[in-house]
Amino acid sequence: MLQTAQRTGKPKTKKATPPHERFLEAFRWMLLARTVEEKLVSLYRGGLITGGVYIGKGQEAVSVACGLFLQKNDIFAPLIRDQAGRFAFGEPLVDVTRTYLGSRLGPMRGRDGNIHRGRPRDNQLAMISHLGAMVSVTVGALMAKRFRGEKNFVGLACIGEGGMQAGAFHEGMNIAAVEQVPLVVVATNNHYAYSTPNDREFACDDLVDRAIGYGFEGYSLDGTDLSACLDVIGGAVKRARAGRPPQLVVAEVLRLSGHGEHDDASYVPEEVKRQPFARDCLKVAEQTIIDLNLLDAETLAAWRKEAATQVDEAIATAQKEAAPEGGKEDWSAISTRELADQINDE
Amino acid sequence: MSITYLEAIREAQAKLLRDDERVFIYGQDVGGTFGGAFKATKGLAKEFPGRVLNTPISEDAIVGTAIGAAIQGMRPIVEMQFADFSSLALNQILNNAGTHYWRTGVPVPITVRLPSGGTKGSGPFHSQSMESIYAHYPGLTVMTPATVEDAYTMLIEAVAIDDPVIYCEHKYLYYHLKADKLPGKGLPTGHARVAREGRDLTVVSYSAMVQESLAAAEELAREGFELEVVDLRTVKPLDTDTVLASVARTGRLLCVGESFPWGGATAEVIARVTNQGFHLLDAAPQRINAKDTPIPYHPNLWSAHRPNTKNIVAKARQLLRE
Repeated sequence: MLQTAQRTGKPKTKKATPPHERFLEAFRWMLLARTVEEKLVSLYRGGLITGGVYIGKGQEAVSVACGLFLQKNDIFAPLIRDQAGRFAFGEPLVDVTRTYLGSRLGPMRGRDGNIHRGRPRDNQLAMISHLGAMVSVTVGALMAKRFRGEKNFVGLACIGEGGMQAGAFHEGMNIAAVEQVPLVVVATNNHYAYSTPNDREFACDDLVDRAIGYGFEGYSLDGTDLSACLDVIGGAVKRARAGRPPQLVVAEVLRLSGHGEHDDASYVPEEVKRQPFARDCLKVAEQTIIDLNLLDAETLAAWRKEAATQVDEAIATAQKEAAPEGGKEDWSAISTRELADQINDE
Repeated sequence: MSITYLEAIREAQAKLLRDDERVFIYGQDVGGTFGGAFKATKGLAKEFPGRVLNTPISEDAIVGTAIGAAIQGMRPIVEMQFADFSSLALNQILNNAGTHYWRTGVPVPITVRLPSGGTKGSGPFHSQSMESIYAHYPGLTVMTPATVEDAYTMLIEAVAIDDPVIYCEHKYLYYHLKADKLPGKGLPTGHARVAREGRDLTVVSYSAMVQESLAAAEELAREGFELEVVDLRTVKPLDTDTVLASVARTGRLLCVGESFPWGGATAEVIARVTNQGFHLLDAAPQRINAKDTPIPYHPNLWSAHRPNTKNIVAKARQLLRE
C-alpha cells in the first residue's frame, strides 16, 4: 500500500534540535566541502581553473546526509552541489582538485571536468549534465545487485527542484517504483533553477506530494538543519534498506551562490535571502556546536585549520601533476580497440 | 526446416539467456505471454523467469536502467518497440552510454535492439532507419545485419562486446528472409562481406538494402553487367578496406541506404572512398537514400520513397554508362 506523503509544512526557524549521533562527523565533512569549494572559487577568480566551478554552498547539510548513511556497497548518484555527500561517501579530496585543475591522474584524466567526476567501479556514479538521467541509471545498478543475489544494499540519487521537472526524472521515479528497488531520491529545492524561481518551475502545492503519484514514500525537510537532515535522510536510507518502497525526501534551502561562479545571482531578491530557508546550514550547525558545547573553540579552530591544510595539499598535488596532451591521448571512445572506427582523415 | 530472420533473433536471445546469467531482456511488452510486438522474445519470459521484463513506456528510463545494470556487470538487451521510438532514449544512449567509457574508463556493455526500416503502411513513426544518427556519435558500435545468419551471430557478438552496441534489425526482413539452419560462427564484427562478386560496379549497402541491391544485380546480369555487392554488416566501424578493394576491382561506386539522405552512412562511404581511393574511380560515386521527407503511409508513396530494386537498377545503368 502506498503511504501518504509526510508533510511537515514549511520549515520554521526554531531552536536547534538535539544533535544526531553523527552530527560532528557530518559537520566535519561539511567544513571540508565548504573549505575546498571556497578555495576553488578563488582559483577560478584568479583564472586558474578552466571551465566552470559549481558549489554546494548552503546545501552541505542535505548533501552530507546523502553520503553519510551509505556503505561502500551502496550506489551513490550525486549531482553538482554534493561535495559534502561525495566526501562522506568516500571520494578522495584529491579527486576534486585533480578534476578541477585538469590533472591527468584524476578520475576523469582531463576528459571531463568539475562536478561530472565519478568512480563507477567504487559505486559513485559519474553524472551527466542532463538532469534526471541518473535516477534510472541508479535503478539499473540496484537491479544488477538484486540479480546477483546481493542483500542489504540501497541506492541514493540526488536531484534539485529544477531537475525534478525533467521528463527523465519522472520516468526514472516511475520505473524505480515499478521495479521496487531500494532507492532514496533526495531532492533539494534551492529555489532557483539557474535563474528561474520556483513559480516558473512547477505549479503544485508541495513537491513532496508527488511521492504518492510515483509510488514513493515522501518526506519533507528543513535543509538548513543538519540534525533534521541526518534524521530524515538517515531514516529514509534505513527504510529503503529494510525493503520499504522507494523514498523521496524534499529538502528546502536557498542556493547561497550563483548557479556557477560565473553567475552573480543578482536575480535573487533581498527578501528571499531573509527567509528562514536562506540560513547558512554550516553556520547553523556551528551555532549548535557552540550552544550545546559539543566542541571547544580550540578544537573547532583546529578542525578548520586542518581542513585548510588538507585542501592546500590537495591543490598543490594536482598543480604539480602533468596535464593531458592531445598528441599522447588515447583517442578511442570504446574499450574494444579492434572495433574502433578507422577514419584515417588526419 | 527453415528459420526466419526474426526467429534467428529470438534464438540468439534464447542462447544468450541460457549461456550467460548476466543477460536480461528489458523492453515494452517483451515479457509475459506476449513476447514483444514482433514476437522476437516469444516464450522467453516463461523459459527464463525474471529475466525478460516488461517495462513502462519510458524509453529514457529503460536505457538508463540498462546502463546502470551494465555498469554493475550485467549484459542487458534492450528492445525498442520500434527504432523510431529510440529518439526518446537518445540522451541516455548518446550522452550516457556513449560517453561513459571515455569519461570514466568503465565500459557500458548494453545492446539496444532497434526494429528498423520500412514496411508497407507503417508511416512516419514506425518505419525509420536510425543507424546514421547513432553512427555519428562516438562510443557506439552500429550493426545492420542483412541475412538470417548475421542476424543470429551478430546479436550474440553484440552482447559479448564490452561496449554499447546498437543492433538495427530490419522489420521487412523479419519474415521475408529464411535460412536452412543457424550458423555456428559468423565473420568478425567490423568486417564487411562481398555478398556477390562482379567486375563492373560496386554497390555498397547494408540491412534490407543488401537484398534490394542483390535483386538489382540479378536483373542487370541479364543485360551482361556484373555488379559487386558489398554488405557492410556494421555501419560503424566501417570496413573501408573491403569497400576500397572492391572499388579497385570495379572503378565505380554506388551506395544504397534506407535512412534519410543528409549526411549518413552512404555519405560516409563516399567520403572515404573519394578521400582514400580517388585514383580508383572511373566515374563520380553515386548514392541512393530514402527521400528527404517523412516516411509515407500509402504503399504507392512508400515504395517510391525508399530505395528499391528499380531505382538501384536505373542509377546503376546510368553509372555504368559514364
